[in-house]
Amino acid sequence: MNARVAGFPIYTLVMAGVALIVFIGIPLTTNSFQTFQFANVAAFVIAIVGLNILTGYSGQISLGNGAFMAVGGYTTALLAAKWPLPFIGFVPYGYTIPLAGLVAALLGFLIGIPALRLRGIYLALATFALALAVTPVLNNYDGFTGGHAGVFMKSATPPFGLDLSNDQWLYFMCWAIAAILYVPAFLMLRSRTGRAWMAIRDSETAAVSSGISLAYYKTLAFGISAFYAGIAGSLFVINNAYVDPDSYSLALSLTLLIGLVIGGLANVWGPILGGLLVVWLPYFAEKSAGFRLGPISLGGKPDIEFGIVLILIVFFAPNGLTGLIGRGIRWYRSKRDAGRGAAPLPAPAVLEEATQGGEPSEIIG
Amino acid sequence: MIELVSGNPVQAFVQQVVSGLASGAVYASLALSLVLIYRAMDVANFAQGEMAMFSTFIAYALITGFHLPYLIAFALTIAISFGGGVLIERVVIRPFEGSSVLTLVIVTLALFSIVNGTAGLIWGYVFKTFDSPFQFGAVHFQGLYIGYQDLGIIGVTLVVLALVFVFFRYTKLGLAMRAASLYPEASRLLGVRTGWMLAFGWGISAAVGAVSGMMIAPVVFLDPGFMQPVLLFAFVGAVLGGIESPLGAVVGGVLVGVLLALLGTYVPGGENLRIAMGLVVIVAVLLIKPAGLFGRSEVRRV
Amino acid sequence: MALLELTEVHAGYGAIKALHGVSVSVEPGSIVAILGANGAGKTTTLRSISGMVKSAGRITFDGKEITNHKPEDIARRGIAHVPEGRGTLAQLTVWENLQMGAYVRRDRRRVKQDYDRVMEYFPWMGRRRDQVAALLSGGEQQMLAIGRALMMAPRLLLLDEPSLGLAPIVIREIFEIVGTISKEQDLTVLIVEQNANLALRAAQRAYVLEVGRVVLEGPAAELARHESVRKSYLGQ
Repeated sequence: MNARVAGFPIYTLVMAGVALIVFIGIPLTTNSFQTFQFANVAAFVIAIVGLNILTGYSGQISLGNGAFMAVGGYTTALLAAKWPLPFIGFVPYGYTIPLAGLVAALLGFLIGIPALRLRGIYLALATFALALAVTPVLNNYDGFTGGHAGVFMKSATPPFGLDLSNDQWLYFMCWAIAAILYVPAFLMLRSRTGRAWMAIRDSETAAVSSGISLAYYKTLAFGISAFYAGIAGSLFVINNAYVDPDSYSLALSLTLLIGLVIGGLANVWGPILGGLLVVWLPYFAEKSAGFRLGPISLGGKPDIEFGIVLILIVFFAPNGLTGLIGRGIRWYRSKRDAGRGAAPLPAPAVLEEATQGGEPSEIIG
Repeated sequence: MIELVSGNPVQAFVQQVVSGLASGAVYASLALSLVLIYRAMDVANFAQGEMAMFSTFIAYALITGFHLPYLIAFALTIAISFGGGVLIERVVIRPFEGSSVLTLVIVTLALFSIVNGTAGLIWGYVFKTFDSPFQFGAVHFQGLYIGYQDLGIIGVTLVVLALVFVFFRYTKLGLAMRAASLYPEASRLLGVRTGWMLAFGWGISAAVGAVSGMMIAPVVFLDPGFMQPVLLFAFVGAVLGGIESPLGAVVGGVLVGVLLALLGTYVPGGENLRIAMGLVVIVAVLLIKPAGLFGRSEVRRV
Repeated sequence: MALLELTEVHAGYGAIKALHGVSVSVEPGSIVAILGANGAGKTTTLRSISGMVKSAGRITFDGKEITNHKPEDIARRGIAHVPEGRGTLAQLTVWENLQMGAYVRRDRRRVKQDYDRVMEYFPWMGRRRDQVAALLSGGEQQMLAIGRALMMAPRLLLLDEPSLGLAPIVIREIFEIVGTISKEQDLTVLIVEQNANLALRAAQRAYVLEVGRVVLEGPAAELARHESVRKSYLGQ
């Protein structure tokens, strides 16, 4: 069972292979709407990775990351379709993506500074206000943002004469960017920075006494989180080829938080599950009859189902679905090993850490 | 409800302050209901506004569906809201007693979602009008024009606040609820069932919130989202007054109402910027005077 | 029959066990003292009686088992526990503190009688009834805690280190009052104390706890003459 190929356990390689096949298979086998939805999943994954850094790892509750998505989204929409720059004209979509991230990051840093003084529930309140403020502010400066009418854009087309539909191209682009952004997040969380964030989350007092600069690491978390949200917002707008202020209601910010919690706080893989669920759960909830409570059908009422699922998850699986899966794998392994009469593997300890939000090690070891 | 009767700038200003007092009274009662729960269990209840919204829909149903007179519907709604609050605490909140701030925030957000969705399921998302219990018209006073509506809102709110005050200050149950929230261990040793005190706290909070919903509903339209801005301004008021102080919540709520009325009049585009202003006030207060106007600056918890 | 009976009680906080099989018996109308150094398990003993800590073994009050019942139910059976730090409701007034003592009682007339009696024992409370308890001195807070416990009309009073942090003259006063109350009202008292001197004088019976076990027990007068008690707890 410890067979390895090029240093990797065979099991991991098989899983990676399956994942790759599923990943490439999705846009080839699903219809255009479904492909589009899966591209949106990628955007949500990126935003949730950002929120995970801020809330999951550094322990700062944000109900307002949707505001950073708004900044990113509007950066892209305004530069690419509303306000041509002198000499350059409209900025091509591709270039607006990193710009969107940077502008959002700047705002994130700025907001991170007053947020330094706010803890726990107060930060939640302030970011809640931030989330609520986005839509009316965008509406207020309608000369600049286009107001209620929103900004329409041309849909993105595949470059280099690639033989892909628009949706397929968007799917691959979004997931490629998600993959690219996963790597630095992953590395950061395993580095000094990640350990500093977790130390701050677990006890600010202890973190300070071991020489960690709260100001630096907390604003850094805000900036990076906002950067990810900005990129996600930009991709979201490019996918939809449209943006308006109502896309950035409180619900968006809450969706991110819900995705994070359902996926699993402070877990590297949580955002992927979270992204999938926040895009597809409401869709199925609306399509299917939903579950029934006596004579009342909850079909078409994703709010109610979301709320109930959320409460059940924080109660029964406080570490989210990834935590649950981790527990399942541990249970399976311990059973299998008991059956063989083998000594228990050290693996459970690693899994424990992953689900407890300790060292971000892989769930599937 | 705002009507300028003369070009006199001082009068116009006072006029705005008066109309701000009315909406401030609504923020004040919702802020008070937030603070009641915050004091009892250190959690900001993000579902408070939705609970009040739901209560208002109940009143709406009692009046339009069952054709009850307003006063009876009003009283019945308060009673139902109290029961609903108790039930919510027992069923939804109790399993999470002692959980982390993040968990409690998420649970109240989930509650937000459930209550909002349920209201939409039952009453739909079409705007409804909620008739005012107060006569149309206004009092003329020194060139000012004060609507019965505004006066009514202020009057009802004052009565409710006075009742809440008397309850907590002068009744045995109110005393026990205060003791239970401040000193849970010592209270249990005196035979107080602290779990139920918490549930009653949710009940009273829901009842007070219901009043704020029923008062503002005739001014705005009724739909499942109508209390969300009110919730935000109530939060702002509570933070401004000191989130642990009931008196502070009331004063803070009123101040926010007046501030917003002035903002709407004197700042161009002020209507859209109201929420952003709320954000600015929250952040400014927390930075300058984190305990709020009426809060004690001592830190109770680590 | 004993009013309170602890049989082989084990208790602790998480992995740390504080009691390893403590047996204590309290006769009705008597004052019983539990002595011991810091960390001997005195406070834990009281907390397991009033249900504030999970315990194994058997605790009976008036012949009925109360092991691991809820604190509020145990209080309603007539056990008044004045906890460590006196359980002062600091932000409430003196009057409100006393009111809270009578919280579970419905017999208004008897409550009034008890209130008057508390005022006799502690006349200063009447003059300062509207003062916030936080402003009282340590000794006054201790008296308030005892007064509040009396308002419960308890059958058993548990006192946790009433002498803690008080001046010797105040401590003496408090012990005198406790003795008087016990005699006049036939109230059973279980006192936990580090100050063995006063406790042994006030009590009829005493137990000595060491690291969660009873190492000595007997009539208070006998224990006061016991050599190891004199050495370790009376400083002689």
